[in-house]
Amino acid sequence: MTDGTPGFSRRNFLATSAASTMSVALLDRGARAAPTPAQANPREPLKLTLKINGRDRELSLDPRTTLLDALREHAGLTGSKKGCDHGQCGACTVMMDGRRILSCLTFAASAQDHDITTIEGLAQTDGTLHPMQQAFIDHDAFQCGYCTPGQIMSAVACVKEGHANSDPDIREYMSGNLCRCAAYPNIVDAIKQAAPQMKEG
Amino acid sequence: MRPFEFERASDNQSAIATFNDLRSADIDAVNAQIQYLAGGTTLIDLMKLDVMKPTKVIDINALQQANGNIEFKNNGLRLGAMARMSQVADHADIQQNYPVIAQALRLAASAQIRNMAAIGGNVLQRTRCTYFRDTSYANCNKRAPGSGCAALEGVNRSHAVLGVSDQCIATYPGDFAQALMALDAQVELDGPRGKRTIPFASLHKKPDQTPNIETSLTPGELITAFNVAAAPYAKRSLFLKVRDRESYEFALASAAVALDLDNSNVRQARIALGGVATVPWRAKEAEAALAGNKIDDVTAKRAADAAFADAKPREHNAFKIELGKRTLTRALLQAAAMEVPT
Ligand SMILES: Cc1cc2nc3c(=O)[nH]c(=O)nc-3n(C[C@H](O)[C@H](O)[C@H](O)COP(=O)(O)OP(=O)(O)OC[C@H]3O[C@@H](n4cnc5c(N)ncnc54)[C@H](O)[C@@H]3O)c2cc1C
Ligand code: SF4
Ligand code: FES
Ligand code: FES
Repeated sequence: MTDGTPGFSRRNFLATSAASTMSVALLDRGARAAPTPAQANPREPLKLTLKINGRDRELSLDPRTTLLDALREHAGLTGSKKGCDHGQCGACTVMMDGRRILSCLTFAASAQDHDITTIEGLAQTDGTLHPMQQAFIDHDAFQCGYCTPGQIMSAVACVKEGHANSDPDIREYMSGNLCRCAAYPNIVDAIKQAAPQMKEG
Repeated sequence: MRPFEFERASDNQSAIATFNDLRSADIDAVNAQIQYLAGGTTLIDLMKLDVMKPTKVIDINALQQANGNIEFKNNGLRLGAMARMSQVADHADIQQNYPVIAQALRLAASAQIRNMAAIGGNVLQRTRCTYFRDTSYANCNKRAPGSGCAALEGVNRSHAVLGVSDQCIATYPGDFAQALMALDAQVELDGPRGKRTIPFASLHKKPDQTPNIETSLTPGELITAFNVAAAPYAKRSLFLKVRDRESYEFALASAAVALDLDNSNVRQARIALGGVATVPWRAKEAEAALAGNKIDDVTAKRAADAAFADAKPREHNAFKIELGKRTLTRALLQAAAMEVPT
């Protein structure tokens, strides 16, 4: 059965310490008995291979780790942002097999065997920006920039899905990305610039 | 979030088999210790909030192949439960022949969430009642049976006016369920005690005295598909959703309407309401009020009045009665005016 309190303190511990998940799990095993003997220990870290931006990453993660936390805290890819952690803002948007999803509501363990693309994987290897990244710069489509990685990932998907054919269409299909700085009109302009370039490219 | 065991199921039988040693058939599936994980947009959200507390999570996304197909059969549509909301919303044949389904899904959540969420998980999404989602409130009969209901005398602007009880007034938040309700869908289930098919209308349960029991699914029962008959009213159908902001928001009031007309007289009307009720709400009184009539301002308004005759408002949500009526009235007029391909 559940025993919440240790789980909570441990989560804070995980979030605030630099210790590897492996040593955390060992600590746990020493400190407490498994809940039911027949079950595998849910505190055992999972050994996962995540394919991120074309590269396989071996990670050892607590099953509770979201894809967003795996990217930011374990793979060192801090481009994807945590705005709400509850699916309400879009700052954590990444691609999974080319489709935009929210990494804060995806367990890292579920992302195995899928291709993950983050904002870090959008530019070409020689550093040439993706047309959407360039368009965001050209149109000043941000102020503080916090929502921007999510906006750009979502915008690329919006174009690829064929939902960037008119201003209302863009606004509707970009509604999953909130911008506290309200850069919305410039974001629409950026997408209109990048859309035809993406089709050529 | 509390610790849990994570497994990925490779087929329906192995997913269901994980429930074999679970001894809690008396509770409804949404409260079981083991939870299936589809898109995770309800489950992971509520696990983070400590509202859902499974000790084991069975990832069923690998069942996409087996349970994710959209098929047109001679007498209807079969939607695999693992089809994503976006797949169904973007399907040209569904947009044309079952518009209410495509529209309800397209107007829900965001593009990202629609890519993630499976339609099986969608119909099992939980209420957005703030007191249910925030465990710092002790009183929530749905979350903690017998603890009371903080919403009755609290901030209840978003709460239901239909199907409420003195124990819970939480709104069923989804959109797609109303489309399935209006089109009289059937649900295919597979579970520890075998397969069965139930009417979609019997899936959700009104709160009554046990708001913690939300569905008629037993633990381990897996939704495998929804079947929708190619009824004459399916093509003349639509979904109208009214909300606080234009997009990426739950309904304050919504109407799923499907009409079969005989020279502009109603042969059959099918109506389901959302945003205003504790469960996907079939408005039978409104349907009856329309039968045999031509739909115009007067008859549509009369039907809408009938739909809300038994509404029970609280302090902050009385506006939903008028809003709900106007939403239904407009939906009926629009559906009657639709140009329907033959
Ligand atoms: C910010 C936000 C806005 C939203 N706005 C809307 C909106 O406007 N309209 C709307 O309708 N919805 C909205 N939603 C809700 C969203 O549509 C649902 O969360 C989603 O559809 C649930 O599907 P899922 O696959 O992610 O389910 P999951 O979270 O994976 O599962 C939900 C529940 O269903 C169970 N389950 C899943 N699949 C099956 C199956 N095949 N058989 C049996 N049990 C199963 C799980 O065990 C769990 O209990 C919103 C959500 C968020 C976060
Ligand atoms: S309305 Fe229902 S879900 Fe909300 S606090 Fe009351 S009992 Fe809980
Ligand atoms: S951080 Fe994922 S949607 Fe806000
Ligand atoms: S640029 Fe500041 S939140 Fe969007």
